[in-house]
Amino acid sequence: MTTTPAPPATEPALAVEGLCVDLSTVSGTVRAVDGVSFSVRRGRTLALLGESGCGKSMTALSVVGLLDPAAEVTAGAVRVRGQDTLRMSAAERRKLAGPVLSIVFQDALTALNPVQPVGRQIGEPFRIHRGLSRRQAEEKAIELMTRVGIPEPRQRAKSYPHQFSGGMRQRLLIAMAVALDPDVLIADEPTTALDVTVQAQIMRLLRDLQHERDMAVVLITHDLAVVAQRADDVVVMYAGTVVEQGPVHDVFTSPRHPYTRGLLDSVPEDAERGRPLPAVPGSPPELSAVPPGCVFQARCPMVRERCVRERPSLRGTGDGRSAACHFSEELDRA
Amino acid sequence: MPDPSRTTAAAPGPRTQGPDGHPPLLEVRGVTKTFGSGRRRLTALDGVDLRLGRGETLGLVGESGCGKSTLARVLLGLERPDAGTVRYDGVDPFALRGKELLAWRRRVQMVFQDPFASLNARMSAAELIGEPWRTHRDVVPDARAREKRIRELLSLVGLRDSDAHRHPNEFSGGQRQRIGIARALALDPDVIVCDEPVSALDLSVQAQVLNVLSELRSRLGVAYVFISHDLSVVRYISDRVTVMYLGKVIEHGATEDVFEQPRHPYTAALMSAAPVLDTSRSGEDREIRLQGEIPSPFDIPSGCRFRTRCPRAEDRCAAEAPPAVVRDGAGGGDAHTALCHFPLEAGTAWA
Amino acid sequence: MTTAETSAAPAEDTAPARNRPPRWWLLLGRDRAAAVAAVVLTSVVLVALFGRLFIGDRAQRQDLDASLRPPSLGDGVYGLLGTDVLGRSVLARLIDAAATTLSVAVPAVLCSLLIGSAVGLWAGYHGGRRESVAMRVADVILSFPSLLIAVVVLYVLSPSALNIVLILAVARIPVYLRTSRAEAAELRSRLFVDAARTFGTPGRHIIHRHILPIALPTLLTVATLDFCFVMLTESSLSFLGIGIQPPDVSWGLMVAQGRQYLQTAWWITVLPGLAIVLTTVSATVLAAWARIATDPAQRWRLTLPRKRRGASAAVPPEMTP
Repeated sequence: MTTTPAPPATEPALAVEGLCVDLSTVSGTVRAVDGVSFSVRRGRTLALLGESGCGKSMTALSVVGLLDPAAEVTAGAVRVRGQDTLRMSAAERRKLAGPVLSIVFQDALTALNPVQPVGRQIGEPFRIHRGLSRRQAEEKAIELMTRVGIPEPRQRAKSYPHQFSGGMRQRLLIAMAVALDPDVLIADEPTTALDVTVQAQIMRLLRDLQHERDMAVVLITHDLAVVAQRADDVVVMYAGTVVEQGPVHDVFTSPRHPYTRGLLDSVPEDAERGRPLPAVPGSPPELSAVPPGCVFQARCPMVRERCVRERPSLRGTGDGRSAACHFSEELDRA
Repeated sequence: MPDPSRTTAAAPGPRTQGPDGHPPLLEVRGVTKTFGSGRRRLTALDGVDLRLGRGETLGLVGESGCGKSTLARVLLGLERPDAGTVRYDGVDPFALRGKELLAWRRRVQMVFQDPFASLNARMSAAELIGEPWRTHRDVVPDARAREKRIRELLSLVGLRDSDAHRHPNEFSGGQRQRIGIARALALDPDVIVCDEPVSALDLSVQAQVLNVLSELRSRLGVAYVFISHDLSVVRYISDRVTVMYLGKVIEHGATEDVFEQPRHPYTAALMSAAPVLDTSRSGEDREIRLQGEIPSPFDIPSGCRFRTRCPRAEDRCAAEAPPAVVRDGAGGGDAHTALCHFPLEAGTAWA
Repeated sequence: MTTAETSAAPAEDTAPARNRPPRWWLLLGRDRAAAVAAVVLTSVVLVALFGRLFIGDRAQRQDLDASLRPPSLGDGVYGLLGTDVLGRSVLARLIDAAATTLSVAVPAVLCSLLIGSAVGLWAGYHGGRRESVAMRVADVILSFPSLLIAVVVLYVLSPSALNIVLILAVARIPVYLRTSRAEAAELRSRLFVDAARTFGTPGRHIIHRHILPIALPTLLTVATLDFCFVMLTESSLSFLGIGIQPPDVSWGLMVAQGRQYLQTAWWITVLPGLAIVLTTVSATVLAAWARIATDPAQRWRLTLPRKRRGASAAVPPEMTP
């Protein structure tokens, strides 16, 4: 809360503990996020990596309290500044949105109000949280637009979202998200809809802002290369669970979960032309049909009888890493 | 509306004839396409040249607005070019009518980017795959042969027989794309134009679909025009690569040549901007930073169209359209061409 | 409106046993509102077809002694719904009028639906000049008040049922033309239409195979609403004396004739009005049901237990992330 001071750099700025999210569907209730835990300190970037439907976005939305009504957090805690946001009232949470926690969405066109000039939208956090007048807020907005690299910000502040290119819109969203110097910035696929060259610019902007404002960044993405280049730590998710986590470099050079391994192998980057890619067979399980044992068993090349019987828990494997696999040591050796 | 620059400089183009003297399977020369009129004229394609041999894969790389999707529609005969020629085995599809046109259609098929929108949700997999035969009735003569062929196609793309009667909404994205590929194969085409066929798919599924595509190439000998913005995918699947920027081909050559030694600053920047998996190579130091974003195709810069973002741009780039610089391919195959006043040389450091 | 009922059935019978979609009558059974609507419509149609065989001349038989009797159980079957000012049985007249009303409204709606949709889909799919010409024609028709055209034409020609059908059909064509043109113009740029074009599929087949099945539910919904409009227009014409000519009677004419007795004898007006409303609402409900039942991506909704369905929380199984 605004009265609580920002935590020291040694404390995590955001800690998610055993988060479970249930989703009501026509075929009954399914568990979309199952016991996800991670934490991130200021100045660090944590990537939540996974394919569509793995629960990474739902995790992010529960952290900021924007879950769809069909979904419900059934267990766990989300701690910022020592308090659990899941136990807070809606009003208390709203006070956090902006100064402590903020989010950048993937689709900048729908995330901005099409009938309001962008200057007014970017200034809105200042009016809500700092009680500035419309004019003062607009001045602040112009400052921010300058910072995120919008040319001629004073004129452009009067323009509407559709008059900006995709990259510029994403810059506007980022400006809005960092307006109140949050401790934690959550970026949900922030560059997926953008061209490669623009994507690089946006990621650079995010990194610069992060250093300048000492934010913790949670980067939600399906792009392994983005994780490799931009994140410090990575949490790999599959079918609603965390299957592996640790420092990016270590995880990517020697994965300890067969799924992470399979993903890394599927990247055609260094593959030889004409040689088949080592693809992971099949597709992720339906959430309504996640098997009782290991979630990855149906696609795993090293599945055994134990994997069907018993779900592996996420256990530490030393050097700040952990993996949810009964046989992760074998991968290490291979 | 032919580009005046073409009188001063030859566009980077493939040779007119294949190595054996026969016309290539597909040859595109000077294709120009604009939309709208007057001041609101959008130039989608500006003097594009391409060549594709039998069983070859040509990668087409570019960012949004570069005209690659319009080019795909021209290759499929869905869009008629304003100028320039398209030839399949020397035949202009836009001059064909009636039966001949229909016969040509069989030879060129397409796989679309969006596996959700490109399949009619009201049809079952079998109906979707068999849809081309409702127009081309002679391909499979009777119902029994149809059923057999559908089963063959399903297994060719890695689906089960029992999938035949399911509807698209019962399939995952990757499976839908397999249906799209099976449908494109139904008429035994020589060429399949793939417009971003894997970019809507998850990574692990993307690899499966890429494998299906390369297997079909070796088994059936189809040629692909493979459009993508993902450089690692293009590098993996293509024999030759064409890079487009704002409606123009700015670099062309064998895959190894273009990727190992890009000559156009844009190609180099594109490759450096794409993040790589290797965590030890930080993106920052090797990245070529480009100014701004792609200009609007309504208002294309004079001279070299890349000059507004190019770190090497000089006055000359605004005044003159760049010439085509040609160099023999390292592999001894295709010539490696780029449209640039100041092309990157082997071994030169980036300005 | 039998079109809504039959349109629910096609396409289901070709599927194989393993993945056969639920039978349409089972789906109908799951949706109670649609089932009731189907029963109402079926009975209206049956009454219209066979009612006259049972009532004889009761609809015309006057009995001035029994004038303006309210609905009661004591006056036999024909007194159930009361009598009008000439002592004619309202029930008998309703049954007689059902046939007249449907014989005007159904052909009128069907004609305008068929012609309007065909032209609209064609114009919308091809675009360009064909589209402009079709739309201008529609604008011209729409810019005349349809009642005015009807009045003029029916004065010139004779006010027969056939002429009324023709007038109403022409007047309503633009409604379908515009709706179907808009749908076709939007669908024409869809990828699966492009895909069909790459196979060389001729335009008429694309319209038939890809555009019509998607536009049809919308057009049927418009048609059911229009059904009501046509019945009311017919009653206005009848009221002006150029519509249905007595001794024939339609629901609309009954409403018109009973208007002056509204304060003293409500049943003369309200009951035929109720018949119009019931028929229209049933047709609309059934059209909404048919819209879902014919869509493979939506059909699952109808297989749910009732109480879950409306809940906003429900997410289709394939959308669960």
